[in-house]
Amino acid sequence: MSWTRICAYDALLPERGVCALVDGVQVAVFRTYDGDLHALDNLDPFSGAYVLSRGIVGTRKGEPTVASPLHKQVFSLVTGRCLDEEGASVPVYATRVTDGNVEVSVRGVAVFPEVLRTAVAAG
Amino acid sequence: MNIVVVGYGPAAQRFVETLAGKGFDGRVTVIGEEPRPAYDRVHLTSYLSGTSADELTYAVPDGIVTRLATRVTAVDRAAKRVVTADGGAEPYDVLVLATGSAPFVPPVPGAEHAFVYRTIEDLDAIRVAAKDAVEGVVVGGGLLGLEAADALRALGLKAHIVEMSPWLMPRQVDEGGGSVLKGHIESLGLGVHAGSGVQEVVTGPDGRVAGLRKPDGTLLEAQVVVFSAGIRPRDELARACGLDVGERGGIVVDSAMRTSDPSVYAVGECALAGGMVYGLVGPCNTMAEVAADRVMGGTAAFEGADMSTKLKLLGVEVAQFGAMDGALDVTYMDPVGGVYKKLFISDDARTLLGGICVGDASPYAALRPFVGKELPAAPSDLLFSGAGAALDLPDEAQVCSCNNVCAGDIRTAIADQGVTDVPGVKGCTRAGTTCGSCVPMLKQLLEKSGVEVSKALCEHFAYSRAELFDIVRVRGITTFSELIAGHGHGRGCDICKPAVASILASLHNGHVLEGERAALQDTNDAFLANIQKNGTYSVVPRIPGGEITPEKLIVIGEVARDFGLYTKITGGQRIDLFGARIEQLPEIWRRLVEAGFESGHAYGKALRTVKSCVGSTWCRYGVQDSVGLAIALELRYRGLRSPHKLKSAVSGCARECAEARSKDFGIIATEQGWNLYVGGNGGFKPRHADLLAKDLSTEELIRTIDRFLMFYVRTADRLQRTAAWLESLDGGLDYLREVIMEDSLGICADLDAQMGQHVATYADEWRATLDDPEKLGRFVSFVNAPGVPDPSIVFASERGQIKPVMAR
Ligand code: SRM
Ligand SMILES: Cc1cc2nc3c(=O)[nH]c(=O)nc-3n(C[C@H](O)[C@H](O)[C@H](O)COP(=O)(O)OP(=O)(O)OC[C@H]3O[C@@H](n4cnc5c(N)ncnc54)[C@H](O)[C@@H]3O)c2cc1C
Ligand code: SF4
Ligand code: FES
Repeated sequence: MSWTRICAYDALLPERGVCALVDGVQVAVFRTYDGDLHALDNLDPFSGAYVLSRGIVGTRKGEPTVASPLHKQVFSLVTGRCLDEEGASVPVYATRVTDGNVEVSVRGVAVFPEVLRTAVAAG
Repeated sequence: MNIVVVGYGPAAQRFVETLAGKGFDGRVTVIGEEPRPAYDRVHLTSYLSGTSADELTYAVPDGIVTRLATRVTAVDRAAKRVVTADGGAEPYDVLVLATGSAPFVPPVPGAEHAFVYRTIEDLDAIRVAAKDAVEGVVVGGGLLGLEAADALRALGLKAHIVEMSPWLMPRQVDEGGGSVLKGHIESLGLGVHAGSGVQEVVTGPDGRVAGLRKPDGTLLEAQVVVFSAGIRPRDELARACGLDVGERGGIVVDSAMRTSDPSVYAVGECALAGGMVYGLVGPCNTMAEVAADRVMGGTAAFEGADMSTKLKLLGVEVAQFGAMDGALDVTYMDPVGGVYKKLFISDDARTLLGGICVGDASPYAALRPFVGKELPAAPSDLLFSGAGAALDLPDEAQVCSCNNVCAGDIRTAIADQGVTDVPGVKGCTRAGTTCGSCVPMLKQLLEKSGVEVSKALCEHFAYSRAELFDIVRVRGITTFSELIAGHGHGRGCDICKPAVASILASLHNGHVLEGERAALQDTNDAFLANIQKNGTYSVVPRIPGGEITPEKLIVIGEVARDFGLYTKITGGQRIDLFGARIEQLPEIWRRLVEAGFESGHAYGKALRTVKSCVGSTWCRYGVQDSVGLAIALELRYRGLRSPHKLKSAVSGCARECAEARSKDFGIIATEQGWNLYVGGNGGFKPRHADLLAKDLSTEELIRTIDRFLMFYVRTADRLQRTAAWLESLDGGLDYLREVIMEDSLGICADLDAQMGQHVATYADEWRATLDDPEKLGRFVSFVNAPGVPDPSIVFASERGQIKPVMAR
């Protein structure tokens, strides 16, 4: 698993995402209010635009979420699953903090959404 | 009381369920010929794709006695008992015939070798026969025939459909729709033979089915033949015991579902109600509910039913609702895309009579409830997909025809039972539990009522926006975290966060990106620009009153040229520059601010523009300086954050060239001063503004507008324009006049002070952002590569300017 440094942890404003370019992948990185880090793919699967990092962060029934800034579909920051439309989801990437720096890895995918898994299995 | 029900299909099921629900305490016996209790025939086809018989079968309500796999052979009305094939008998006080119907098999030679498509056993037999078959034919191109043909195809056969009428689904679509439908069906790989009858089912020397001969002598080869050429009510028991039956079949019943013998009822597909046999489960269910109510002394009546249908055939949407003709009709036809939509309308072009959809059934859910009512919009608009999505349904409009549930029933469930999602609505009202075609409508009603009936902003706050506004104001709260910790739950969402951000901005007027507030904003406010479909932003500098110097026009032109932006004149008398990437926004604005421009707040729920006409300075008709006033008003209220956007206009005379009466606050000049109109709206639901006050001096005018705006900011709901706010205001315009012109609530001094504070503390958001390195630092596409542009943003050119290209 290879890690890429993104920025200082303190540079992340709680509940406001940033986008990072990691091995050519656009990754949306979020720091929640209680300090947790989450990383999702930046591509909004509904609009086809790379914008999820610019959505509003919040919670739904306690689960941390981000809402697409384009058409407001809500995604879980934990699983990448869309909570408004069944079947849609975005990849989730691994994060960690080393020496006060946020690092992301797009190689070892933390959670690989089912949709993608079936697509891969199918060929 | 002792009730016997003959036949155990969906109608019998609904009958016994309704009795159980009403607390019936007598004895109920259901005698059914099939080996299992009633099952969901509507979803019968899913049995072939793996749904088990058990999953399709309904639960027998507690206390109901069933006798399955038992056929009733006679009814002895004199002795009040039924006789069964096994020689038994069952006495009754009340008899309910729910014998359904049987597929019609035309009397052609060889027909005994063909299959029908009605029961689980029929499907088992078809599945076995399909194992070593290559081709199959379905006789009948109606709803069920197409479903059966699709099932044969799913079983791996090359399937054909033979239909007597010149086109498929003649009961649901007209000729134009039929031709579009044919294209769809053929593209699914099904053979269509319309306008053709059946001569015989041909068997080979081994006695097995070899094909179907058409009247013209040609042979369609097939090893499986299924008849789906209509249904016949099973009225044989009723006939034999002397009950009245219709000339063409069906047990005659009155609106109480009573037959010619008052102790015998008939419900479901075997009944002839009002001269009609209903072959859809919705009316059958309604009949069963009526009969159950009557048995228990109620007064329910069956008064006909909606025969709207929507085909569930994979990939092809076909729907029909209401009448199939009318004095006027409007057709939308796209033969290439395979879409055909038609609406039938009364001769005065006001009332919707019915419609046909092929290839895109989206108007079905939205418009079916409007049948017999005034058209909610221009017919041509309604025919485009997506249109109608936001229509407001009257309470009595039927939303679910399968279960006879109206919009009002659903609203009641939401308001009184606290239902918050589709499964909840299904559980409470049964709507959406049968064919499922009304589910999109249920979602819409939920979305709308969510805001309408529950005052709660969202799951995080149990308060309305107006209540939150008061909490923030009275307790002097300045941050979201403080508010949600003390008065809410969780960490907010895309609904409450911008609403609270707007409240904080209205009350404190600090920078919208200051501290924690930055994380509350929608992306537009977060980047002080409007997001576009490809993730770029548009820039709209303020041009107060639409007046601009040549120098400033040149600057806009230069900026647009240097950054390669698409430019267009807006409907608000200013200029929009499109296609800026995040990291370009500060550079663009540095140039604009230097030239004296300010943010136009096109992104904010705030004042947008005050449009002007020419006015008395130049116009030969003008009686006041409309441009001067428009500029003064725009500068006064710029930056004012509000529940929704605010628009205004000033016209220099009654000719109204600025369209002031379509604005939230519009001003029209008079010889004596100004007339003030409020609550106008263009947009989705246009409304002309109402005259609030006449012949005001400029000073009076401004004071009245100040109070109007501040009272609106305090009390309106989230995303409620002044038009909707005024309409929902108890006491309406008179009340508004009392509050802001006669100070009936004693709050005018407060409102004046609040506006005074806004005017005094206004600062341009863009200038302040450019002066603050920390805020500026957020304007990057990539936090780890600040200079790198987003590679996913690609443009093509059109009419000499850029346009976005989406990857997909
Ligand atoms: C740019 C402009 C179209 C144009 O090129 O002419 C426009 C563009 C948008 N309008 Fe508009 N409206 C524009 C004039 C209008 C007008 C006409 C006017 O203001 O004179 C109306 C009808 C008048 C009215 O509002 O009552 C109008 C009624 C709407 C509505 C419906 C509002 C309603 O109450 O029903 C929306 C949707 C909303 O706000 O929820 C909307 C929303 C939008 C949004 C914000 C949609 C979005 O979220 O992306 C568009 C932003 C595009 C952008 O990036 O700039 N726009 N929009 C106009 C900007 C005027 C300006 O200079 O600020
Ligand atoms: C494949 C298929 C798909 C369908 N899709 C839809 C759809 O999408 N939308 C829609 O609205 N409708 C649809 N229908 C129609 C719907 O299923 C019927 O309207 C509904 O089943 C009628 O219910 P019923 O109880 O009146 O009759 P039935 O379902 O016919 O039940 C009558 C029962 O009585 C039994 N019976 C009859 N005579 C006797 C006797 N003498 N003794 C004992 N038992 C007896 C029969 O065996 C049967 O079990 C579909 C039907 C089929 C076959
Ligand atoms: S509204 Fe009257 S003053 Fe204004 S441009 Fe039109 S005609 Fe002239
Ligand atoms: S219309 Fe069929 S389930 Fe509602």
